[in-house]
Amino acid sequence: MGKPHVVIVGGGATGAALAHDLTLRGVRVTIVERGEVTSGTTGRHHGLLHSGARYAVKDQESAKECIQENMILRKIAPGTFELNNGLFVAITDEDMAYHDAFLAGLETCAIPYQEITTQEALQREPNLNPAVKAAVEVPDGTMDAMRLPLRFLATAQHNGAVIKTYTQVTKLLMKDKTVVGVRVRDHVTEKTYDIGADLVVNAAGAWSDKIAAMAGVHVPMQPSPGVLVAVYGRWNNMVLNRMHRSGDGDIILPQRTLSVIGTSSWVVKDPDQLEMKKEHIELMYKMGAMLVPAVKNAPMRAAWAAARPLIGSESGATTGRELSRTFKCFDHEDRDNVIGFVTITGGKATTARGMAEVTANVVVEKLGLDVACRTREVVLLPHTAYYRRGV
Amino acid sequence: MTEVTFKIFRYKPGVIDPPRYDTFKIEVDEQMSVLDVLEKLRINDETLTYRHSCHHGSCGTCGMLVNGKEVLACVANVLALGTTEVTVEPLRNAPLVSDLVVSMEPFFNKYAPVEMPLIRQSEYLPEGKPSEEVGSYTRYESCLECGLCLSACPVVATDPAYLGPAALAAAARVVQEPRGQDVPAILQMVDNAEGCWRCHSAMECSEVCPNDVDPGSMIMYLRQHLISDKLKHLF
Ligand SMILES: Cc1cc2nc3c(=O)[nH]c(=O)nc-3n(C[C@H](O)[C@H](O)[C@H](O)COP(=O)(O)OP(=O)(O)OC[C@H]3O[C@@H](n4cnc5c(N)ncnc54)[C@H](O)[C@@H]3O)c2cc1C
Ligand code: SF4
Ligand code: SF4
Ligand code: FES
Repeated sequence: MGKPHVVIVGGGATGAALAHDLTLRGVRVTIVERGEVTSGTTGRHHGLLHSGARYAVKDQESAKECIQENMILRKIAPGTFELNNGLFVAITDEDMAYHDAFLAGLETCAIPYQEITTQEALQREPNLNPAVKAAVEVPDGTMDAMRLPLRFLATAQHNGAVIKTYTQVTKLLMKDKTVVGVRVRDHVTEKTYDIGADLVVNAAGAWSDKIAAMAGVHVPMQPSPGVLVAVYGRWNNMVLNRMHRSGDGDIILPQRTLSVIGTSSWVVKDPDQLEMKKEHIELMYKMGAMLVPAVKNAPMRAAWAAARPLIGSESGATTGRELSRTFKCFDHEDRDNVIGFVTITGGKATTARGMAEVTANVVVEKLGLDVACRTREVVLLPHTAYYRRGV
Repeated sequence: MTEVTFKIFRYKPGVIDPPRYDTFKIEVDEQMSVLDVLEKLRINDETLTYRHSCHHGSCGTCGMLVNGKEVLACVANVLALGTTEVTVEPLRNAPLVSDLVVSMEPFFNKYAPVEMPLIRQSEYLPEGKPSEEVGSYTRYESCLECGLCLSACPVVATDPAYLGPAALAAAARVVQEPRGQDVPAILQMVDNAEGCWRCHSAMECSEVCPNDVDPGSMIMYLRQHLISDKLKHLF
């Protein structure tokens, strides 16, 4: 018998990390992605390698996932991150009121931190708002939203995974209650064809409910877009965060020669219809200036929106802020009596490896394999290897 | 809102072959980029293919010719182009895949062997004092691996063996800041007729580079470095 074959729908961070995990465990993998890889939400994310500090009070499960994955990624993807740490700063009295709960949350989630004086904070970041009242340094980093997933994809490809871009899933092939493959439309050749599979994983992020619907099931996906604004100039070297409950425009992330201010949050039904909220651009400038007054006059490079794949409560969310950033793996056999079909969604780009590990555990068990996860140790190929299929 | 006519290059091997131009009329506001327009058009035409990822001029995937000039579509503001008809075509000097998509494989086959580290010392805010643990602030190298410079370079157009501006600029960065890389090997890679001596110094590459890498000047830097090395060996 040959290797079992798994089709992964979606070439974002989640699909990429899962392809890497499964190929290492001896599974034959095909990724189908309707556009360029990472052209969904992944490529557009803020670029924060989360330390977890942002979620340390309200969403501790997610915070613990972030710090664990942050430390693993440093080892398996060396040379991929700007590791300048992050600074959480209190600017207002309300921010100060959050200070003690924040430190307690960092302790609970085992996120390393160091409280520094405001004077020291201003020495580290000369453009920081001089009204700073308190500052805590944490191991945040920055990443290039596309290049980390490319390293997963490059390594998976090297280990035999087939990555089909511009290939859109139009139908799940069903035999009674079992998913046996996908029907795809190839947008390069304009041909429609079927790909058989022992198991199909839905890693379509904000689109995952659309894919689930093709098997007659439903996942509580709540696409929650946010606006990000990139301005010219690198106004800070560390990731600057407001020390308060996650809100609008409370992070400024340096990236190359730019600074990226983010983000806002609302909810939509269709992740393909992301109208750009103009008032959110102004909001980013206004809130960003609370952290670094100089960004107020920095010329804009771009403003864009992307949809978080958040797992909704069935009762319905209004801003998306109340939804957890943790992930969920839906085994549709257990849940809906549909065999050969698993959905993995939610989470963060930072936690994609961990999400993949949990999902691959479910997948290999279903395939009757007994192979342990190796993605905590295997060092990833450089992102450039993704493009060099002939080498 | 202003109505703009988009003429978009379409090609599918064996299907739309030879290529044709499709024309669309679309209302744009002062915020919209060429990429935003393509995203809008794709909602009604799922067969339209183009590369994109970051939407802010950072990943380098969305290079194309807009009104004949190499740009990143995501930071090309439509109304700032100043024309009511906008032509969108794929980059030059790279194998055509589909519509606006070209293959980046030849680009990376030249660029990757240089092995320029992605992370460099940050020259920004030199007065900022990092914590002991961080040591010194770092940032990503500026090159976005977008291929705009290769599309614009007249030598790349006629000589496929030429190493090209992006790889040469990366080599120069390694010479400037080696970070443990093998500088003599890099110099050997570029010191030949298909390396830095092939360039005509017309600077088309630097003109189109979206992130101030200035490959043309970096090639001059390599030449000067090699010449002064050779002079040192003469005396
Ligand atoms: C504004 C914003 C900021 C964020 N900032 C950060 C951050 O700083 N750090 C962090 O760690 N996380 C961040 N996130 C979260 C992170 O971006 C996401 O959690 C992550 O990228 C999701 O990856 P994914 O692979 O699950 O989804 P996606 O990247 O969306 O991948 C799903 C893919 O499925 C494809 N697809 C859909 N339908 C089909 C079909 N029918 N056939 C084939 N393919 C299909 C899509 O094209 C898409 O590429 C942010 C999110 C947002 C919105
Ligand atoms: S300066 Fe050299 S590399 Fe740049 S476009 Fe001209 S010939 Fe090409
Ligand atoms: S040198 Fe400039 S134009 Fe050339 S690939 Fe790099 S960023 Fe693009
Ligand atoms: S989409 Fe990344 S540079 Fe344009």
